Amino acid sequence: MKKRKILEFAGEWALKLSVGISLAFLFLFLFMIFSKGAGRLSISFLTQMPKNGMTEGGIFPAIIGTLSLTLLSMLIAFPLGVLSGIFLSEYGKPAWLVSIIKTSINTLSGTPSIVFGLFGLSVFVIGFNMGVSILSGSLTLAVLILPIIINATVESIKSVPFDFREAAFSLGATKRQVITRVILPAAAPGILTGSIISVGRAAGETAPILFTAATFYTRRLPKSVMDEVMAMPYHIYALMTEGTAPESQVPIAYGTAVVLLLLVLIINGTAILIRYRMRKRRNW
Amino acid sequence: MKELIKVRDLNLHFKELHVLKSINMEIYDKTVTSVIGPSGCGKSTYLRCFNRMNDLKDAAIDGEIILDEENIYSRATDVTSLRMKVGMVFQKPNPFPKSIFENTAFGLKIQGKMKGSEIEGRVEQSLRDVWLWDEVKDRLKDSAMSLSGGQQQRLCMARALATNPEIILLDEPTSALDPRSTNKIEELCVELKKEVTILIVTHNIAQAARISDYTAFLYLGELVEYGETKLMFTVPKDKKTEEYISGKFG
Repeated sequence: MKKRKILEFAGEWALKLSVGISLAFLFLFLFMIFSKGAGRLSISFLTQMPKNGMTEGGIFPAIIGTLSLTLLSMLIAFPLGVLSGIFLSEYGKPAWLVSIIKTSINTLSGTPSIVFGLFGLSVFVIGFNMGVSILSGSLTLAVLILPIIINATVESIKSVPFDFREAAFSLGATKRQVITRVILPAAAPGILTGSIISVGRAAGETAPILFTAATFYTRRLPKSVMDEVMAMPYHIYALMTEGTAPESQVPIAYGTAVVLLLLVLIINGTAILIRYRMRKRRNW
Repeated sequence: MKELIKVRDLNLHFKELHVLKSINMEIYDKTVTSVIGPSGCGKSTYLRCFNRMNDLKDAAIDGEIILDEENIYSRATDVTSLRMKVGMVFQKPNPFPKSIFENTAFGLKIQGKMKGSEIEGRVEQSLRDVWLWDEVKDRLKDSAMSLSGGQQQRLCMARALATNPEIILLDEPTSALDPRSTNKIEELCVELKKEVTILIVTHNIAQAARISDYTAFLYLGELVEYGETKLMFTVPKDKKTEEYISGKFG
């Protein structure tokens, strides 16, 4: 009897301790980044060009670069991913082939992102002769997030009850109508959440854009998608590894990290909000 | 009595499984016909033959079902327009996660032939037909999920009626409902048969006796007996029928 009580007590505390340690890491992480970088934040940090060999000034071009890379990669990957997901869930045959494809996609999403960088370099930058550019980088990021979007679509469609399909078919709907009018509206919250989270992933990745889009330093903004750009994650990397004046550049790197963190936080927050509002409306 | 549907030598296989065995029967216009039988006898599968819902499950079907002089299993049949002529209500109420209005208007909207005002008129008529209008007229924009189970099932009936079908298939429509809602659906069937032919599958023998004009008894995929309900429940011809309706097995 006593032993059971001790085990009960120890078990509960092991759980509490684990949560505590995890939270401690999380807070330490946020504290370190923000305490070192928050001081840099100001309107001019966000809106100015880097100055004096990146020892002063802001990170405006890096913000613009990250935003354009993220946006373009989404424009490419979202429609492609959702449509592929619909095909795999609704049309794909035979079942064994579909399941091999799904497994491959899952495996792809676990591939280290630097491998995608190499792929982008050889295919887009060199193969298609797009050079180091926003387009090459966005395509590489699109390939990286495509599996996430396909998975989100397949899983969300799977969670739509069969009853809805049956009801729609019984009313004389064609397969296309069943998909567009019943399945997609019901699956939309899941698809959107998954996709928005992949936006955060695209915004934060360094390795895929390392050889395909990012440049160490530029004083001008990109004029077209064929230009190379600065990007926040790479900016941090560059300042920390190749900077010549660490005493003034390290704080800029932390400042950039805070901006990047806030950006991803806003994106994921939006996803959570969308999911919450759509879940409230649905109740099956 | 005018014959609306003729079933001729209908056989259905799911892979190796022979589910329906050489069924022949006629369904009469503007009547309620019930299909009874023990669980697993194939009665739901049989019902789904009439709007070709078994197509979704890769069933192999031979034989004919003739509706309006045409075999619905001929190559020329357009399945989607067939399903607008043959509506269906399922065992579990399954409204879409949309508004009450959108649910009722669904069939009309996918046809894409009607204007908004016509659709509104038809939605109101269908909801009146199932005695739901007064309960929902002030909240047509609310989610259908906010209705009670019985109301949801009547909404599903309204949804099926909106496209003016000739036949409504009801697949154990009251088995998930409380007794009061069940009563209402039963009364509704008797009322609706003035306009539409009703084919209902039920595991409730008393229900078949209460509402149907004709009854078909299905056992192990065979049509054992088919005839007027009154006759079948008083002087069944087959011994199996007698045993089933007197509750000896099921």
